Amino acid sequence: MAITLTEPAAERVKGFLKNRGKGIGLRLGVKTMGCSGMGYVIEFVDEINPDDEVFENNGVKVIVDKKSLVYIDGTEVDFAREGLNEGFKFNNPKEKDQCGCGESFTV
Amino acid sequence: MALLQISEPGQTTAPHQHRLAVGIDLGTTNSLVATVRSGDAQTLPDEQGHHLLPSVVRYAETGIEVGEAAVEHAVIDPSNTIVSVKRLMGRAAGDLKSLAESSPYLFSTSESAVPKIHTRSGDVSAVEVSAEILKTLKARAVATLGDDLVGAVITVPAYFDDAQRQATKDAARLAGLNVLRLLNEPTAAAVAYGLDTGQEGIIAIYDLGGGTFDISILRLKQGVFEVLATGGDSALGGDDFDHTIAEWILEQSGSKKVPSASLVRLLKREARSAKEQLAHVDEVNIKVETGDFFWQGSLSRSQMRTLIEPLIKKTIMACRRSLRDADVTTEDVLEVVMVGGSTRTLAVREMVGDFFQREPLVSIDPDKVVAVGAALQADVLAGNKPDDEMLLLDVIPLSLGIETMGGLAEKIIYRNTPIPVAKAQDFTTYKDGQTAMAVHVVQGERELVDDCRSLARFDLRGFPSHVAGAVRIRVTYQVDADGLLTVSAREENSGIEASVDVKPSYGLTDSEIETMLRDSMDHASDDMHSRMLREQQVEAERVVEALDAALKKDGDELLSDEERNNIAQARVQLLEAKAGDDAESIKAAIKTLESACADYVARRMNSNIRNAMQGHSINEYAGKDQE
Repeated sequence: MAITLTEPAAERVKGFLKNRGKGIGLRLGVKTMGCSGMGYVIEFVDEINPDDEVFENNGVKVIVDKKSLVYIDGTEVDFAREGLNEGFKFNNPKEKDQCGCGESFTV
Repeated sequence: MALLQISEPGQTTAPHQHRLAVGIDLGTTNSLVATVRSGDAQTLPDEQGHHLLPSVVRYAETGIEVGEAAVEHAVIDPSNTIVSVKRLMGRAAGDLKSLAESSPYLFSTSESAVPKIHTRSGDVSAVEVSAEILKTLKARAVATLGDDLVGAVITVPAYFDDAQRQATKDAARLAGLNVLRLLNEPTAAAVAYGLDTGQEGIIAIYDLGGGTFDISILRLKQGVFEVLATGGDSALGGDDFDHTIAEWILEQSGSKKVPSASLVRLLKREARSAKEQLAHVDEVNIKVETGDFFWQGSLSRSQMRTLIEPLIKKTIMACRRSLRDADVTTEDVLEVVMVGGSTRTLAVREMVGDFFQREPLVSIDPDKVVAVGAALQADVLAGNKPDDEMLLLDVIPLSLGIETMGGLAEKIIYRNTPIPVAKAQDFTTYKDGQTAMAVHVVQGERELVDDCRSLARFDLRGFPSHVAGAVRIRVTYQVDADGLLTVSAREENSGIEASVDVKPSYGLTDSEIETMLRDSMDHASDDMHSRMLREQQVEAERVVEALDAALKKDGDELLSDEERNNIAQARVQLLEAKAGDDAESIKAAIKTLESACADYVARRMNSNIRNAMQGHSINEYAGKDQE
């Protein structure tokens, strides 16, 4: 299995990294937080840790730590626009339930 | 599923804890809102994809219109459509006399000091009109970010005075926005280019908008921007370029008739479009056709330059004046930042570049650069960045202190401390049984309270009675990002609190601040001497008071007549020294008195311990230790 970035998402990430001026890729992961147990982490990466897995997608390095991978393996990250809002969307096949706002989830 | 933004490493916030903050450029002609998403500051568009919101408010029969909709009706409903309200912010009725004559609004002759514009929805103040613009921008931000706003950074011109700044804050409050701080427009532009983390030195911000021109000379020092000088022309901008080009077209057409209002509007629109195209191409074709007017021809870039050069020269003159006011030369200027849509005109860039002898910064959209800088600042103030990346943008011009015994000014926050800042200091009581303390907040660099400026006084009352020195009172000085000082005092045992808010800069001009600073230099050694003297006097008083209290209690019991005489003599000597003005001799007299009392003090201590232990066995104390 793997983690994938759609092309629009990859383009956005490249743009953000370029603007930021540094960073080697995008970290995806989970953290225990929020009302439904877990929340997604999406961060810039300046350093790769020993227990990280690296996936290359449309020219962007996606970095996931092994612990998080269990929860999000198979996830596709897309860039979406909803009304005036835009941002990244996790399509996680393992996700069972979300809180009302969709910011946290359970597996 | 919610849409997520990328965070900095380790900075992911828990759901529902996003701290969304926006930057707002509340302009005379156009306003913008921007925010930082995924580490990138961007302006937010409305549903139609427009980023700029015209700063126009119309009180229509059906409700309030803001932006494009209001602009469309400006011509047919001028008295209910308010444009350029920023020019009225913070102005008193008297200031508006000259403005009122040239504006289409009906100013109400109300008894209040705040002028009101008469519209069909009643009388409205400039603050209320601005609030409508801010409400529209806020709604846009909330719709885009889909979350609660922590607050906003709103930009104001560097030359705005306290009243104009306060009016801007009032408008934000009315719009339901929490103002994180007001930021000077030129500073925001410099922040947008990241100059706040760059080399220290002089930065010029050239801001040529549609109807106004501003030049600001800033100095960056230790991460803080100081406004050295501002200048400009409140009636010069890109609209004047359009006007000049329109006149040229009219002249070329050979038409002798006085042009109708609608023809003038059309000519200006054509002129504007030609001007905008000439930023990209060398020559444009112009065709104006309406009613009995027809003209077709071309305008080249160099022709346009000849036309508008006199106008640009006026801005350069203002730059020269501001540099002189700031007491710097063009060689001192490290960077020139271009702000405002009219700086897209190549002739402007070239002439500004020639004058400052360096390539001006133009990579960020000049219409958006101020909003982008404000958004970056808002992001930091909302707490989305680690503390060490905190931008330092303002400093305290004069130290803030508190009066202590003997009329001394104890500084709590030193001058040049970047704000926002909070400092606390613990104080204690001076006398036995003291249950109240007066807090006197002073400002200035001098050592004695009398030489400082008094800002506020308040009392902390009703804390429990204890011996001198046993009560702990924490006094906290907090200065927020706008320079508002809050002083609070809290007695730690009882939790009794009192506080006061003051605006330290209120009513102080730069030259007064300078005078206060210079005085502190000129009087440095006098002040040090006075401070030492006062300190010793206070100490002497304290020693005498403690001695008198002790003698009264057990002096007869523990002292022989001779000892008592010696002490009395040293006490008199100390009081004499205290009346003089030599700190050293007071200090010596205190020493003499202390050594005269040494045996007495030891005896008192022994007797106290004896009294305390009477009736108890040593074992009890030993037992306590083992517990």
